[in-house]
Amino acid sequence: MNVIPMMKKETLPLSRQDSTRPARQTALSAVQQPAAREWTASLYGSMDALIKWALPPLLGMIVFILAWSLIAGHSPQLPGPVKTWHSAVELFSDPFYDHGPNDQGIGWNVLHSLERVGLGFGLAALIGIPLGFMIGRFAFLSKMTAPIISLLRPVSPLAWLPIGLLVFKEAQPAAIWVIFISSIWPMLINTAAGVTKVPADYLNVARVLNLSELKIFSKILFPAVLPYMMTGVRLSVGVAWLVIVAAEMLTGGVGIGFWIWDEWNNLNVEHMIIAIFVVGIVGLLLEQLLLLLAKRFAY
Amino acid sequence: MNNKFIHLEDIEMVFSSKQGRYTALSQVNLTVHQGEFVSIIGHSGCGKSTLLNLVAGLIPPSSGVLLCAGREISGPGPDRGVVFQNHSLLPWLTCFGNVYLAVERVFGGAESKAQLRARTEQALELVGLKEAQQKYPHQISGGMKQRVGIARAISMQPKALLLDEPFGALDALTRAHLQDELLRIAAATGATVLMVTHDVDEAVLLSDRVVMMTNGPAATIGEILDIGLPRPRNRLELAENRDYVRLRGEVLKFLYQRHTQQAA
Repeated sequence: MNVIPMMKKETLPLSRQDSTRPARQTALSAVQQPAAREWTASLYGSMDALIKWALPPLLGMIVFILAWSLIAGHSPQLPGPVKTWHSAVELFSDPFYDHGPNDQGIGWNVLHSLERVGLGFGLAALIGIPLGFMIGRFAFLSKMTAPIISLLRPVSPLAWLPIGLLVFKEAQPAAIWVIFISSIWPMLINTAAGVTKVPADYLNVARVLNLSELKIFSKILFPAVLPYMMTGVRLSVGVAWLVIVAAEMLTGGVGIGFWIWDEWNNLNVEHMIIAIFVVGIVGLLLEQLLLLLAKRFAY
Repeated sequence: MNNKFIHLEDIEMVFSSKQGRYTALSQVNLTVHQGEFVSIIGHSGCGKSTLLNLVAGLIPPSSGVLLCAGREISGPGPDRGVVFQNHSLLPWLTCFGNVYLAVERVFGGAESKAQLRARTEQALELVGLKEAQQKYPHQISGGMKQRVGIARAISMQPKALLLDEPFGALDALTRAHLQDELLRIAAATGATVLMVTHDVDEAVLLSDRVVMMTNGPAATIGEILDIGLPRPRNRLELAENRDYVRLRGEVLKFLYQRHTQQAA
């Protein structure tokens, strides 16, 4: 709004100079005023865009919080948003305390869960991606593995936990095993599909140039499959993070899943709700991180 | 000049599919001499691209003899540079990278990296793309992509240059420009060129001989027309040249009177 006085100051010396010719002065200010109007219009325009961009999600959050407090008001066990918020502020004021194996800060719990996810997912990538390349490249191998993959892929992740406990005799590797077996499929299947979808033109180039297998892999196959592979990786990390909560509830130890279960046993409902938000936010961040990474490999 | 450089004898090409066997080519005999520019023209589906793929070694013939420089063609190789219809550049490599990949394969064993780089730059300069060499394929126009494709093919110093409707996807102005460039490059390198086209003007303007194909199934060479026009050729002068107009008319007559394509 301080734009218009500023413009007036600029026109003042002009009006003094041209006081003998009032007609020209009005013509000049008529030229300058639309410029000022344009400027404020563009300011309002960007404000408008900001509102259009921020309003719907903001409104969604408000409706969500209202609904939550409404439900909380009618059921005495469920804490409302305000009570949960106060509890969260207290919880996050000291996220990394350590009072023995069953009482650690939320930060430690999240980090331990991420460590299990990282290990299980990392092993899955180490085996799933090369296997996907081989299955995609060799039709015989693809036909050989197809029945096994279609049989094992739909199995619920937690169904693998008892076998893990049986084989590894310990909770920690069993949880990693569950992450491994449930997150290997998206990477394996997407990588294999990517290899079969490499355009025939690119492979013809490889044949005409008579490239070695190593060059075909590094210059044609790998870059062509990379976007498919990244989609697989993103889906796999999503699955791994989805599964870790349930796995930790059953295996125990320090982790966000066990923490939820522990707080349920303590009947600390605020902490259970906070944990749900933490799981959601960490999952969201993982997804965004990988999307950002995938964008770098899009051609 | 008169040795048999590319030689096809009694070539037959049969494709088997679920619908049964389809004879695409039958009784094809053709000899291309060294340094000659030969065009293959015919209606779509007559098997002219199949013929080129056979010479490229991308597919083996069902029967017949295929020779290049006196040796049987048993597969694709860098002695025959192929320019694909849809340029087929690798999108994750720059123009330089795309050409370098070919140069490295052919000369990598004997030459230093600096020499390989010089060869790559030389090939890109020949097609007028020295400035754009660090750009990626999606950053350049269709005509420029096709030029990179040509640079990649000639950078290998092939004995023969095989072009599969190289300018088919380009607009008329760009096409004319690239045809002139190809004339210049062919003259400069003395390459033997076999080009598939469906453009009558392109065939007559560029070629020493035009091979006209009959329609499939069992397509074969209907007629071979000698284009005796002197080189270097100029598009504008030829437009009113009586020989050019007559030769062009003969190709048109073959395609649209004697071997007109039945409506699909």
